[in-house]
Amino acid sequence: MTRQTILRVVSKMLIPFILLFALYVQFHGDYGPGGGFQAGVIFSAAFILYSLVFGLEAAQRVARPALIETLVALGVLIYAGTGVAAMLMGGRFLDYSALIPHDPVEGQHMGILLIELGVGITVAAVMISIFFAFAGRKRIP
Amino acid sequence: MTLLALTAITIVRMRGLWAAVMLMGIYSLLGASWMLILDSPDVAFTEASVGAGISTILGLGTLALTTTRTKEPVRGALLPLIVVVVTGAALVYGTLDMPHFGDPGAPVHQYPHPSYVERAAAETGIPNVVTAVLASYRGYDTLGETMVIFTAGIGVLLLLRGRRGRKREGETR
Repeated sequence: MTRQTILRVVSKMLIPFILLFALYVQFHGDYGPGGGFQAGVIFSAAFILYSLVFGLEAAQRVARPALIETLVALGVLIYAGTGVAAMLMGGRFLDYSALIPHDPVEGQHMGILLIELGVGITVAAVMISIFFAFAGRKRIP
Repeated sequence: MTLLALTAITIVRMRGLWAAVMLMGIYSLLGASWMLILDSPDVAFTEASVGAGISTILGLGTLALTTTRTKEPVRGALLPLIVVVVTGAALVYGTLDMPHFGDPGAPVHQYPHPSYVERAAAETGIPNVVTAVLASYRGYDTLGETMVIFTAGIGVLLLLRGRRGRKREGETR
């Protein structure tokens, strides 16, 4: 499929917008529909499209499997770390109001932004690595 | 709804798996549109991206690894049919007790719902109540969900990678 000119050109044009849309969904989830989960899936869709059109090796040069697997764990760590940070600031686990003591509403806002980021990173990395695992296998004879 | 039912019946009757996977994607997209009609864009968003997008890709990926035709069923369809009909009848019987659609007096609109909707904007400063509930009031649940995704990803990697490694060892035999 790597020689299809139309596919290559169109997907090259589309991929930046898909990534941008994923970031929009990620950080605008507080105001509109969407959030970390949806953003992660859309973000991974861009990588999947890239590897479908340009081949698995090209995609894995951009998103090295080792890096992606680190990100899988990093997202969960960000989420849980936000909870622990709230504990260290004197609140309860995942009590974001404690993150900024003088302004609880702002603390909630920041906490939600951080954990959504964690969710997004984990979901995107898991989807990409599952796809790599599927695509990297040889057909069973 | 009619389209959903039609698509589901077509998928069940189909033997060619390529078309079945494609129809599953269409089914998810129809479900997403339906969720949008019910005013829940967050759910519709998830359904469209995961159900229609990623699942279709993974389904096609699986087909590329295995085969695109179903095997002929070895046993008769009578017993499964009875089980399905009985279960479906029980579920429909269960819905008879449910409040009418859109009934403001329904329990789901009474107990946790109004307080969250009223409190969320003031307490978290976040206009999207779904995000506020998911991330703040139900933070533990969402942490659990993230752990589930993490575990699922690790599991798939272990299964697919491990198999390949063992195969390479097997080739020396």
